[in-house]
Amino acid sequence: MTEALVPKLASSKAVLTGTAPDHSEGMSYLQTLPQRLLTIYLPLAIILMVLLFPFYWMALTAIKPDEQLLDLDRFSPFWTWNPTFKHIHQLLFETAYPRWLWNTMYVAISATVLSIAASVLAAYAIVRLRYRGAQWIGGAIFLAYLVPPSILFIPLSSVVFTYGLFDSPMALILTYPTILIPFSTWLLMGYFKTIPFELEECALIDGASRWQILTKIVLPLAVPGLISAFIFCFTLCWNEFIYALTFLSSTQNKTVPVAIVNEFVDGDIYRWGSLMAGALVGSLPLVILYAFFVEHYVSAMTGAVKE
Amino acid sequence: MSDLAINTSKSVPQRITTWDRLTVNRNWVSFWFMLPAAAFLILFLAYPLGLGVWLSFTDARIGRSGIFIGLENYEWLWDDSTFWLSVFNTLLYTVVASAVKFAVGLYLALLLNENLPFKALLRAVVLIPFIVPTVLSAIAFWWIYDAQFSIISWSLRHLGLISGNIDFLGDMWNARWSVIFANIWRGVPFVAITLLAGLQTVSPSLYEAATIDGASRWQIFRHITYPMLTPIIAVVMTFSVLFTFTDFQLIWVLTRGGPVNATQLMATLSYQRAILSGQLGEGAAISTAMIPFLLAAILISWFGLQRRKWQQGESND
Repeated sequence: MTEALVPKLASSKAVLTGTAPDHSEGMSYLQTLPQRLLTIYLPLAIILMVLLFPFYWMALTAIKPDEQLLDLDRFSPFWTWNPTFKHIHQLLFETAYPRWLWNTMYVAISATVLSIAASVLAAYAIVRLRYRGAQWIGGAIFLAYLVPPSILFIPLSSVVFTYGLFDSPMALILTYPTILIPFSTWLLMGYFKTIPFELEECALIDGASRWQILTKIVLPLAVPGLISAFIFCFTLCWNEFIYALTFLSSTQNKTVPVAIVNEFVDGDIYRWGSLMAGALVGSLPLVILYAFFVEHYVSAMTGAVKE
Repeated sequence: MSDLAINTSKSVPQRITTWDRLTVNRNWVSFWFMLPAAAFLILFLAYPLGLGVWLSFTDARIGRSGIFIGLENYEWLWDDSTFWLSVFNTLLYTVVASAVKFAVGLYLALLLNENLPFKALLRAVVLIPFIVPTVLSAIAFWWIYDAQFSIISWSLRHLGLISGNIDFLGDMWNARWSVIFANIWRGVPFVAITLLAGLQTVSPSLYEAATIDGASRWQIFRHITYPMLTPIIAVVMTFSVLFTFTDFQLIWVLTRGGPVNATQLMATLSYQRAILSGQLGEGAAISTAMIPFLLAAILISWFGLQRRKWQQGESND
């Protein structure tokens, strides 16, 4: 069933840089510059502005002094001439924010490493060992990918309670893989298929075991795929909300998204500065990671829908 | 060297033990390779999925396992107007947001597929809304939608378009459109970038041939781009519909289902009933009620968009 749905996709590199088959140039002489301005650049500029405005607003609010935040008439709301780091300073030194950042990082990295280890083994077995029923298992994993957390969190909370994991980071480290494993298995299956199996045959003839083949031949060749899976899983963990909201209760165990929503929202009219600082600092690690690995990220995203 | 040669020539073939046979048996080796992933997925995915359905037939509460009460939870929900309101909201949210995400995403993909300066940078920047955690960008939207200090109200007032502030999240329909907009904002980059990946594989000779035949831009789009993109559209929209239908984070941050349940989705309602009020059974019934809708949504976007392929009589391999 799943094989039928393999649309052809450009590689991530081509998507980003447009180096590979880029056909737009060929016929663009048919359009004059004013035409292009009106039909391409203008709509593009509007869409980009809408997409980026919330981040500009978030960053601006985080560094605006309080009195300027709420007085829209005396100060132009779109700019500030006297930025302050008060909110960010408060956030980092007067709240448990560093602790929440650490929790999020710890949970995200542990869950990602666990999931990728499990996925590598599973994907390799499905693609290359081709045991009896491998195709069915592949399909089942794709279906598991479609099970959303919003219908699982209630029974999972009772499972977590029964295993005595409630309010511990372990609850998240063990439940996040249910989201990550189907995704990364699916992604890695695609990568493993591209590795020539002649290499493995050679190794088999030389007497290598399956484990040696996996660690010495397949994994080194699949490094880009592993990075993609890692980055995407890490982002998914950072983004996860409903499990963290349900399974954690004490303030010091919370992850950044949950902590911001629950701990910063008090009646204080001046809370906006610190809220935005919290959102900004919480997004930065991901944005920085993304900036370094854009290509891998895009290949993970398109790879997820490709197979 | 010579020693080695003599040794090997003398040695008899080793007896193949059962263990040796096992280590080269595909199914046996695969079993161990599959074990970690299978353990996770069975313990924390398949089992809870079944448990959820079972819980929906019990009167379980937090800290107390319930007893079987048959369809009572569902009968209760059938007469519950809040539940039906949440179903309506979820459907509205999913249909409107997915349709707009598709339209804008496809448009953005077509724009990005043009020959542009700073192409790589542009495409990387477009994805940022998708990688920033939903909760954190939702908080930015919360501030943008603030009843008193909303920048949108301020700008519109200064342009002379409205006289008073817009109450984005306080009014029922305003709140609905506001959360839908925030959802679209976050979903468009995903749709756009994945469709762009599909667009780049469409052969330029098709466009050239159509242009020579005198096709208009719309005709080119309608008869070349769209048909070529159909398979990838099917996949992307299935995912998009799925994640929109089960959305929780955005609503929880922006409105928590209010005002007067106007933005209550099935996911937020089940959280309120199950976790906040402790009625696990009833919450599980709401989650379980989502499953048929999800299956229907998946099937519709799947087969609806793959129809072309079926009509052409290609085998479904």
